[in-house]
Amino acid sequence: MTRETMASPANGKTEVTKLDRVVIRFAGDSGDGMQLTGDRFTSEAAAFGNDLATLPNFPAEIRAPQGTIPGVSSFQVHFADYDILTPGDRPDVLVVMNPAALKSNLADVPRGGILIVNTDEFSKRNLTKVGYEQSPLEDGSLEPYQVYEVAMSTLTQGALADTGLGKKDAARCKNMFALGLLSWMYHRPTEGTERFLTEKFAAKPQIAEANLLAFRAGWNYGETTEAFANTYEVAPAKLPQGTYRQITGNQALSYGIVAAGQQSKLPVVLGSYPITPASDILHELSKHKNFNVTTIQAEDEIAGIGAGLGAAYGGSLGVTSTSGPGVALKSETIGLAVMTELPLLVIDVQRGGPSTGLPTKTEQADLLQAMFGRNGESPVPIVAPCSPGDCFDIALEAARIALTYRTPVMLLSDGAIANGSEPWLVPDVADLPDLSVEFAAEPNAMDGSDEHWPYVRNTDTLAREWALPGTPGLQHRIGGLEKADNQGHISYDPDNHDRMVRLRQAKIDGITVPDVTVDDPTGNARVLALGWGSSFGPIGAACRRVRKSGMEIAQAHLRHLNPLPANLGRILEEYDTVVLPEMNMGQLAMVLRSRYLADIRSYTKVAGLPFRAAELAEVFTDIINDTRPEGSGETDHVLTEATE
Amino acid sequence: MSTHLGLPDLGGLADVPTTDAPQKAKDYKSDQEVRWCPGCGDYIVLNTMQSFLPTLGLKPENIVFVSGIGCSSRFPYYMNTYGMHSIHGRAPAIATGLAVSRPDLSVWVVTGDGDALSIGGNHLIHALRRNVNLKILLFNNRIYGLTKGQYSPTSEEGKRTKSTPMGSLDHPFNPLSLAIGAEASFVARALDSDKKGLTEVLTAAAQHRGSAFVEIYQNCPIFNDGAFDVIKDKDEAARRLIPLRPGEPITFGPEEEYGVVRSGFAGLETAKVSEVGLDNVVVHDPTITDPAYAFALSRIGGQDLEHTPTGILRQVSRTTYDDAARAQVAQAKQAKPADLQGLLTGNDTWTV
Ligand SMILES: Cc1ncc(C[n+]2csc(CCOP(=O)(O)OP(=O)(O)O)c2C)c(N)n1
Ligand code: SF4
Ligand SMILES: [Mg+2]
Repeated sequence: MTRETMASPANGKTEVTKLDRVVIRFAGDSGDGMQLTGDRFTSEAAAFGNDLATLPNFPAEIRAPQGTIPGVSSFQVHFADYDILTPGDRPDVLVVMNPAALKSNLADVPRGGILIVNTDEFSKRNLTKVGYEQSPLEDGSLEPYQVYEVAMSTLTQGALADTGLGKKDAARCKNMFALGLLSWMYHRPTEGTERFLTEKFAAKPQIAEANLLAFRAGWNYGETTEAFANTYEVAPAKLPQGTYRQITGNQALSYGIVAAGQQSKLPVVLGSYPITPASDILHELSKHKNFNVTTIQAEDEIAGIGAGLGAAYGGSLGVTSTSGPGVALKSETIGLAVMTELPLLVIDVQRGGPSTGLPTKTEQADLLQAMFGRNGESPVPIVAPCSPGDCFDIALEAARIALTYRTPVMLLSDGAIANGSEPWLVPDVADLPDLSVEFAAEPNAMDGSDEHWPYVRNTDTLAREWALPGTPGLQHRIGGLEKADNQGHISYDPDNHDRMVRLRQAKIDGITVPDVTVDDPTGNARVLALGWGSSFGPIGAACRRVRKSGMEIAQAHLRHLNPLPANLGRILEEYDTVVLPEMNMGQLAMVLRSRYLADIRSYTKVAGLPFRAAELAEVFTDIINDTRPEGSGETDHVLTEATE
Repeated sequence: MSTHLGLPDLGGLADVPTTDAPQKAKDYKSDQEVRWCPGCGDYIVLNTMQSFLPTLGLKPENIVFVSGIGCSSRFPYYMNTYGMHSIHGRAPAIATGLAVSRPDLSVWVVTGDGDALSIGGNHLIHALRRNVNLKILLFNNRIYGLTKGQYSPTSEEGKRTKSTPMGSLDHPFNPLSLAIGAEASFVARALDSDKKGLTEVLTAAAQHRGSAFVEIYQNCPIFNDGAFDVIKDKDEAARRLIPLRPGEPITFGPEEEYGVVRSGFAGLETAKVSEVGLDNVVVHDPTITDPAYAFALSRIGGQDLEHTPTGILRQVSRTTYDDAARAQVAQAKQAKPADLQGLLTGNDTWTV
């Protein structure tokens, strides 16, 4: 982080420090509205023109017991005057609304970091609840930090005294007080939040007024008291030119599906069953029926994919969205889609597993399930987005593959990408790919008869024809039983089965996917950092740190996991060492080793949280210096001060 | 009460294109060799279907059969229509996606007692409650045929099979009661051997807008032979079968000497007409909205087939899921143009 300080022109006492980036974490009880607070602060940063990335972190329970550690909900936002890649490793500023939030988040704050504490909640009772014998505000344990004690609940109640709102309801607005205070500290524009509150509570003017008052009270508190010696400025980022908006991964993914429907001129039918962290795709798509999108909330995951496949059979773009446990239920139907060779998008927003696992945390441990989790030889293309905004492009790419090759496609997002947000350069619709398809119109029997043979293939793509019910003369039957090559009758012939297995495999292997690009600024790196999915950000940030410290490292990131880019094998050979961080036990590493006989150094962590850039920088540095013993675990020291 | 979306009361085939070209049963036969065991009841159902379909005058390419897994589920392969032989129990789910997106198709689900009531029980009840415009034909042979003779969810208690050498322990489903419990809008029963009765039921099912559930008693001569002999034997049939004719008093017996009368709280039972008087015999009305009546009718039959109502138990009009789903899409389209650029841009942008 770089800083530059000068006296504030407005207020002689506060200094304005210019920073290139800041990480702020809001933490409180699940009922304290931390997600909303973080979201609003993010929007303010976006409106101001910073680059940003966010990391919401909340419990799976709707309301864990109040004031307890399991009930803590937090939202981290990283904003900067340059393009950043991650939500940040450690918060520079931690806002805590109660003792539980302090206890569960303090370890992440570096020494010297800022703590803004709502003292009102630090009662004996609340302290005891989380095991503090003495208040940390009094026992000196917070000495390494810059602590600002603010009686947020009381101050909010005071500001709302004239609204006629009860004390309890008034205190509820303390999150807006915190937002106001932070907005003042970081010179954020406030119009957006004011407008948002007015619109959100349009039906409840009293509540709208109360939230606005609390927000302004927080701002004014910073401005008028002399408690704060510093305010901070983070200039707008110099991002590529264009129109930007803020977007979450699930939202971008949903827009990508809508766009795929429009670009293919097909109706979209989503069959889905609610599951964290994928439900927002169902919610979002349900809002866009005007784009010829039908959403079916099915009775379970099997019915969800069944409806998607049935619609695909009828000529729609069939989609199903779920998380890992749902994929397990859908496996048999994915197999049916492989066998019937119908296009279908299967979206897996991965979460911690196995079983119910960690519903609200992130992981990338479904790769092998996506690749192999079915009976028989059942190859399926797999793509994975590398950031929230990339979800839009990857959805279009998944649709392209499904429609061109008539196959189910697995799209592996994850909890971090799904709920994380970032500025998104709004694409020009004119630049989107054309996904239009051709349905079969004529009988295609190779024996010259007037029949339709469902398994006659396109010689380039090996895709079979998509003959829709309702097309005269093309009546045919498909299903899960093995079919005779070309003609498509049931066949138990051994040679035919062997041929069909190989044809299905060859079709997937032959899918054209773009080459993977390598970022190797000097061209002299001997170590390649490879990744897939949401670890793109931390790996990229770690590479920047390593390079800043004078070492060389190359980075490559896979968006296509099956088939793999054609140039990947050659790239793996070009580097002395390939290090592959994954939030699983080394699933892609296993695939690459067997596929390329490549000596991959796997670095794994399965903690339910994204990698930290500092942690990966340490790993990469050790590997470059050849000081890292094979298979050693997590590091706990952090590379100092670096841009990410 | 169901919400009415102001949708017109249409027949089940209202959106399916028709043709004046004459059709014959053989037009609906595919070139596949039928591979059921000799004497299997499935043959008769197939033949009945093939001779019945021409009477609808639909374009054959607009008819689709979707099945699950089981002997009966091979059905689509033998029909010269579009068809999908899917996976065990899931046909109603797949057919739902198809029916919702393609109102121009007449969609038929063919399933077995294991397929529909065991592995696929969940999809069945949800398709029925949603009232998707599907015709669901449950071939009930009271056994797992394809897997060679294990007991099924409709097998009578104590049934001895390979998996239950000491007799099965579970109490069977009454498929009609189950369907009515799920508030199916059309519920009927027919016998494989009764071509006329089956054709009548199929005709009404095809014309019904919404889920039509038809239980077809089907003999499996290999693993459960004679399961329905008591209602196929001429004398026994006359005593046990209760044919349901809308608008007529429900009487049965060789001399029509028995009738169905009210009993207890919302129940029905059989009685001698001479003892209760014809005036007290219930006049069959399948259009009664309250499912309690059809449910009571379904309860007259038990697992021992002592009494077996056949024909249409229930036929009520209720908004279909697929019509309603399409209406929402149409409404949304009318309210808001499909402006993709507008969607992607949103309301909160900034320019660099
Ligand atoms: C997932 C799955 N489980 C089990 C089977 C094996 N299986 C095939 S058909 C069947 C039972 C079929 O019984 P029923 O639905 O009554 O059909 P029938 O053969 O009697 O017509 C079973 C258990 C399967 N194909 N798939
Ligand atoms: S096993 Fe039974 S049900 Fe299956 S084909 Fe043979 S006779 Fe028919
Ligand atoms: Mg059976």
